[in-house]
Amino acid sequence: MKFLVSLLMTLCISLAWAGEAASPKLDIGKGGQCVEDTQWMRKNHMHLLKHGRDDALRRGIRDEKHSLKNCIECHASTKDNSVIAREDSFCVGCHKYEAVKLDCFECHSGTRKSAWLAQRNKK
Amino acid sequence: MASSTPTLESLRTKNRLYWLLLAIGGLVAMAGMYAVHMMESHGHIITGMNNQIVWGMPHVFAIFLIVAASGVLNVASIGSVFGKAIYKARAPLASLLSIAMLSGGLTVLMLDLGRPDRIIVAATNYNLTSVFAWNVLLYSGMVGLVVVYLWTMMERRMNPYNKMAGIGVFVWRFVLTTGTGLIFAFLTARQAYGSALLPPMFIVLSFAWGMAVFHLVQTSIYMWNEKEIAPAILQRKKHLLGVFVLGSLYMVATYHFTNAYFSHQQGFERFILMDGGVYPSLFWWGYIVLGNIVPLVLLYAPGIQRDRWTALASLLVVTGGFALLYVFIIGGQAWPLQLFPGYEVSSTFADGQISAYSPSIYEFLLGLGGLSIAFLITTVSVRVLNFMPQDKPYIAD
Amino acid sequence: MSEIDIQRRQFLKTSVGAAAVAIASGMMLYSVAQGKSEGASSKVRWGMLIDTNQCKPGCNDCVTACNNENGLSGGTLPTDSQWIRKIEIKDISSGRELSLPMMCQHCEHPPCVDVCPTNASMKRADGIVLVDKHRCIGCRYCMMACPYKARSFVHEAQHDQNPDVPRGKGTVESCTLCVHRIDVGGKPACSEACPNKAIIFGDLNDPNSEIAQKVHSVASVQIRADLRLNPGVRYQGL
Repeated sequence: MKFLVSLLMTLCISLAWAGEAASPKLDIGKGGQCVEDTQWMRKNHMHLLKHGRDDALRRGIRDEKHSLKNCIECHASTKDNSVIAREDSFCVGCHKYEAVKLDCFECHSGTRKSAWLAQRNKK
Repeated sequence: MASSTPTLESLRTKNRLYWLLLAIGGLVAMAGMYAVHMMESHGHIITGMNNQIVWGMPHVFAIFLIVAASGVLNVASIGSVFGKAIYKARAPLASLLSIAMLSGGLTVLMLDLGRPDRIIVAATNYNLTSVFAWNVLLYSGMVGLVVVYLWTMMERRMNPYNKMAGIGVFVWRFVLTTGTGLIFAFLTARQAYGSALLPPMFIVLSFAWGMAVFHLVQTSIYMWNEKEIAPAILQRKKHLLGVFVLGSLYMVATYHFTNAYFSHQQGFERFILMDGGVYPSLFWWGYIVLGNIVPLVLLYAPGIQRDRWTALASLLVVTGGFALLYVFIIGGQAWPLQLFPGYEVSSTFADGQISAYSPSIYEFLLGLGGLSIAFLITTVSVRVLNFMPQDKPYIAD
Repeated sequence: MSEIDIQRRQFLKTSVGAAAVAIASGMMLYSVAQGKSEGASSKVRWGMLIDTNQCKPGCNDCVTACNNENGLSGGTLPTDSQWIRKIEIKDISSGRELSLPMMCQHCEHPPCVDVCPTNASMKRADGIVLVDKHRCIGCRYCMMACPYKARSFVHEAQHDQNPDVPRGKGTVESCTLCVHRIDVGGKPACSEACPNKAIIFGDLNDPNSEIAQKVHSVASVQIRADLRLNPGVRYQGL
């Protein structure tokens, strides 16, 4: 029991020490500020996506600016046109680091639409 | 009731046997988990289910468990609602079995979903017109109500509320099995389903299946405790099971007869009962002969009074139940939907064709995993709590 | 305890702390966001009129167009998705043969929507029946309930989907009436691809539309009209 308590204490203290966290290195695609402030987007992109998805699918209100497609258009890697293809891809890199499950791309394409269309037209 | 005094040696053997049983149950449950993992990572492509047969073997297991879970409570209801002492002594065991089988069945249903990881969505988005959504409430309510019922039986201070809880359970389980029947009864487009007969049919089937499962478990528990069930009690249980088997046979016969009466249903009836290959064989040999005629002979033939024969009859009723559900669920889907009556139809999507289905090993493992969950819950509970029926020496109601 | 784990915890902690404030401000900002479309209107009822006299037996162009548009494999195994299929029918008594495409009939009273436990099956205000894959748990009850066998279950993981048409393992899908095209003023791929113009698409509620006028003047039927689901897809010449 004592051992457990001391272990917990150590953990708490070490957490408190780790003030400046080094954020993951991401391939940010075109990068820069797109639709909202960067810091704001880091904290709120999921809310935009979640509410946008209900509006778009269930009510047919398509908000092009805040759509997932628009996110990908800007943030997909300039090398492989994807936000999910590699460990440091825009979505994957951060979600791996935060240990948050990324469920969008079970169904959604992670590829830039313009690139995907170009690919299809070539076929 | 004769019982031998346990020796230290016999207790040790039993202890080992108990752990062995747990280990076997655990292994089967692990195999079920493995199947779930495979279905999760590969998708339903590794099962035998497809776009024509959308519900398969897991649903046969799950629906049997859920229907039997409701039926097994009959024993409790006869005790609590109608005040029969020998049934009242068995009400705790019946309640335990009900919870165990509901848990097993629901686990199978849940893990067969395409996205079991999203099960919470079923609680946060609730469609009032969906029978499935009603059933989410009915099943969880059932578990809660039975737990309360058990509490009123096992906690002396709660005893006065026992009758109330008993009536609650009695009503709820009728509604629950109606809900299970309605899943199919509302499918008006499919010829096998869409009949108002289905909810009552499921209720009567639940009586027979629940009673059979109860018999099996009771026989095992008596054997384990080296006791023999009193002949008078066994006699009454046997008759009750016999009546339920006859009743369910009547309901199934009525369902098929009414179908055969409508000319637009005759093709389907011919398929299920005569030339549908595996389905008529399972129906006649599996359900009618093994699941009804042989058990009825075992229950009513003079001269065979042993409880082992009753147990065998119960086992056969359970087997027959599985056969009937296979024919009902899978055979019902195999028959093509009729979009153009009076036309010969063909397409790339199996229109106008009888669909083929061969269940994969993963489906069986998942279903058996559900059975093993029910088995484990029962075995552990019977060991740690007192679920052994305690009959008073005098049993006149 | 590795360095990265500690950092991760810290990162999580700050994120959680900021979340409450963030959600509130997020909602406000969202409501004033620019560039949104109007959304589906209940004044519109999208539908199709299929002229079976113009539909050629053996022609599969609508099916191919659908597969290309929506990123379906085009396979015809029992586990492959088929959003639209050609059905060849032959009148048993007269011997008359016909060919017609069959897909989601976009019912006014869709059974799939009634039975869906999570409201994933849904009907848009303009009559398009869709599966909300964010909510679909893959129970397949809608597939049991659909009289037209219009729905498919995705049996395998999907890759390289059309960015406009999300599809994913473990969820049910069906014809969307090419909703992604309709919302930008286009029409369904099958209707566009038909060489004989056998599939007319349009707004059944708009008296000036080609489809409304044709439905008004020629005999057309709904399939399984006995179920009274009032499908948005009608067939002519059946």
